[in-house]
Amino acid sequence: MKKIISGNEAIALGFGDFGGVFASGYPGTPSTETLEEVARLGQVYCEWAPNEKVALESAIGGSIAGGRSLSTMKHVGVNVAADALLTLTYTGVNAGLILMVSDDPGMHSSQNEQDSRNYAKFAKVPMLDPANSQEAYDMVRAGFEISEQFDTPVMLRTTTRISHAKGVVVPQEKIAAQVGEWEKNVPKYVMLPNFAKLKHVEVEARLLKLQEYAETTPLNRIEMRDPEVGFITSGVTYQHVLEAYPNASILKLGMSHPLPEKKIREFAGSVKRLVIAEEMDAIFEEQIRAMGIAVEIGKNKLPLCGEINADILQAAVSGSSAKPVSPVAGLPMRPPVFCPSCAHRGLFTILSKLKCFVSGDIGCYTLGALPPMNAMHSVIDMGASISAAHGMAKVNVIAGRDEKPVAVIGDSTFFHSGMTGLMSMAYNGGNALVIIMDNRTTGMTGGQENPGTGETLQGMPVRQVDMVPLVKALGIDNVAELNTYDLKETEAAIKKALATPGPYVLIDKNPCILRYKIRKPAMNVDQEKCTGCRACLKVACMALGLNADGDDKKQKVRVDPNVCNGCGVCKQMCKFDAMHELEGENNANL
Amino acid sequence: MQIFNIVIAGVGGQGVLMASKVLAESALASNMDVKQNEVHGMAQRGGSVISFVRIGEQVHSPVVMPGSADMLISFEPLEALRYIHFLKPGGRLVYNKVSINPSTVAAGMAVYPGDVEQQIKAICPNSHGIDALAIAREAGNGKAVNMVMVGTVMKHLPLDEKIISQVVEQLSQGKAAEVNSRALAGGAAA
Repeated sequence: MKKIISGNEAIALGFGDFGGVFASGYPGTPSTETLEEVARLGQVYCEWAPNEKVALESAIGGSIAGGRSLSTMKHVGVNVAADALLTLTYTGVNAGLILMVSDDPGMHSSQNEQDSRNYAKFAKVPMLDPANSQEAYDMVRAGFEISEQFDTPVMLRTTTRISHAKGVVVPQEKIAAQVGEWEKNVPKYVMLPNFAKLKHVEVEARLLKLQEYAETTPLNRIEMRDPEVGFITSGVTYQHVLEAYPNASILKLGMSHPLPEKKIREFAGSVKRLVIAEEMDAIFEEQIRAMGIAVEIGKNKLPLCGEINADILQAAVSGSSAKPVSPVAGLPMRPPVFCPSCAHRGLFTILSKLKCFVSGDIGCYTLGALPPMNAMHSVIDMGASISAAHGMAKVNVIAGRDEKPVAVIGDSTFFHSGMTGLMSMAYNGGNALVIIMDNRTTGMTGGQENPGTGETLQGMPVRQVDMVPLVKALGIDNVAELNTYDLKETEAAIKKALATPGPYVLIDKNPCILRYKIRKPAMNVDQEKCTGCRACLKVACMALGLNADGDDKKQKVRVDPNVCNGCGVCKQMCKFDAMHELEGENNANL
Repeated sequence: MQIFNIVIAGVGGQGVLMASKVLAESALASNMDVKQNEVHGMAQRGGSVISFVRIGEQVHSPVVMPGSADMLISFEPLEALRYIHFLKPGGRLVYNKVSINPSTVAAGMAVYPGDVEQQIKAICPNSHGIDALAIAREAGNGKAVNMVMVGTVMKHLPLDEKIISQVVEQLSQGKAAEVNSRALAGGAAA
C-alpha cells in the first residue's frame, strides 16, 4: 500500500522490509526519526548508543555476528565514528552493513556544513544518494546487496530535504531477516599491520570493481531530453533541476561514490553545455575536471555554502534571476528559545548576571548564547565544554588570571563525550566549574532516551545511570546538586563553586518539561503593582511581553496564560511582588 | 493539473507539522502526488516554523519558492507577514489573529508591530484573519488551532472536504478525534 513518509521513515521501513536485524545510532538532526521509526514499527531490534562511535562499532559487531545492520547519525556524528569507519573499510563485513548519515546543507540545525561525500572518498566506500523517499527506501535494499557483494560497508547519505521531506512510497515485497554464521576469521577482522597491509590492497581493488559496478547499475541513469544543457546531479538537487529545467538532459547519480567515468564521458559528449549541480563541496566537479572533461557551470556559478534550489539554478544557468520577491523588512525575529518553564532558564539568568565565561556545548542550552542572556561564549562540538574549559583554566593560571571558567553540558552530551574531558580535568589538576543539566533526556533532538532516562529506545525499563557517583568515580571530590528553579540558591551555589579552587561539579536534576509533559499553573501580573521596570524580561521567556493598553498607557508586563507554564523564575526577578499564580478557572493549565 | 503550492507557517509547538501531515495524507488518499517538507529540530522551542505542501500530478522538488505559493496558512499574524512573500500574485492568505510574542519581544529587545493586520491587508488583499484559538477552545481544546486552520481553508484546496475530515479522524486518537473533528468543522464555518 502506498504511503506518504519522510526519507528517514522510508529508510526505517526499508530496514525492516529488507532483512534488517540490528540498528544502533545516536540522535542528531536531521537523522533522528530513522531509529525512532524503526522502534515504532517494532519489527527489528534497535537502540540508542551513547555516541556515534559506539553506535557504528555495535553495528560492526552485528554484521560480524551475521545480522544485517544499520547505524544512523548526523554528518558531524561521522567525525566521532570515523575511527571505526576508516578501519571498517579494511575489514569489510559479514552481513550487510549500512551507515546512514544525514547532512544538513543550510545548517538548519547544525554547527557546521560538512559534506559527508568526503568521507566516502576518504574511506573508499560506496555511497548511495537518494533523491526522494521512494529511493531512500529502495536504496536500503541496494545498500545491503552492494555491501554483501563487495564485502564493504555502504554509506547511505541523506540531506535535510530528503530526511524531512515526505513523498509517496510504494513498499516492495519483504525479505525475511536471516542471521548468518558468526565465524572467527583473524586475517579479516584483526587489523594488525601485517593483516591490514593485505587488506589495504583489497580495498583498492574493491574500489576498481565498484567503479565498474557504477557504470552499469541502474542507480546511475542518463535521462536524455534536450541536448542543449546537461546536468550531472544527485540527491534532492536532482529534483530542483527537474523543477527548473524539466526538459534538460540529466545524468542522475544514485551512487555518488565511486563515479562512473565512462558514463560521465558519454553524457558529457552528448550535451552542448555541461552543468554540475551539487550542494556544498565540489566533489563531483573536481573528479570530473580531473578526467579532463570540460565543465561550463559548477562552483564557478553555484554556491559552496547553503542549499541549492530552482531559483539558484536558473540564475546560474540562464542568468535570469527569477521573480524578485523579498520578504517584509524589519520584523522582530523569532529565534528558538528555552521552553516556558525550562530548567535552563534559571541557570542562564544567573550565569548572565554573574558575567562568567561560559564554555558551552551542543544541546538546548546552547540557546543561552543568544540575547538577552548572552551567557555562552564558546561552542565547538559534543563534549568540548569541559575539555575546552580545562584548557582555558590552565592558560588562565599561566596568564595570572584568577577567573574560573564555567562549562555547561547536558546529560546526553555528557554521556556522549563529556565524561572523558571531566576525567582529564580531574587527572590533570584542572580548575573549572562544570554544570551538568541532567534533564534525563536528549532534549534538542526531541526527547530521545539515553543511559540516564531509565528506559531504552524500545521502551524497556532499565537502571538509570546515577550522575553523582559517576562524577565522583571520574575523580571529582566537589560534587553538589543544584535546583535552577531557585535563583537565590543557584547564585549562591555557583558563587561558592567559583570561590573553591579545583574542579567542581554542580548537577541540576530537573527533568525536561517537554519530554515529561510537566504542567504548572500559569502566572499573572498585577497591573497595579507592575512598574514596567523590565527586570523579569531578563529571563527571556516568550510568555512575557510588554503592553501599553492600561489606563495610564505605561508599558507594563503581561503574562500570556496560553504560553506560561508557571515555573516562577520571572516572579523571583520581580522586586514589587507583582507576579502571582493565575487563579481558578481562568487558568487553562490547571 | 498545475501544482498547488501551500505554505504553512507558525510558531514551534502550534501543530504546524500535524496540519501539514493532514494535507499530505489527504492528497495521497485522493490519488495525487504530493511532497511535504518542513525544517524541524528546534521546532518545539518557540521558533518560527515553516512547512511546504505541494500537490499535483507529479511533484519534483519538496520546496516552495518565494512568489509561487497558491496559499499561505499562518497560525500567527506576525508569521503571516514574515512569509507573505511566498505567495504568488493573487494567492490566498488565511491567518489566525491571535498573536504570540517572539522571544525578542518578550525580552524587550523588539516591539511587536501594532499594524500587522493592516500591513497584511496592504500586501495581500485576498487575506482573511480568524480567531482560531476561540474556535479551538469551543471545540474543546485550545491546542486544536491547527485543525481549525485546516478547516478554514478546506474549501479552497484541490481536495475533497470529506477526505480531509476522514484523514483527521484517522490521524487522531481517542478523545482528540472528536475535538479535532469539531475544530475542523468550526474552522470550516468561520
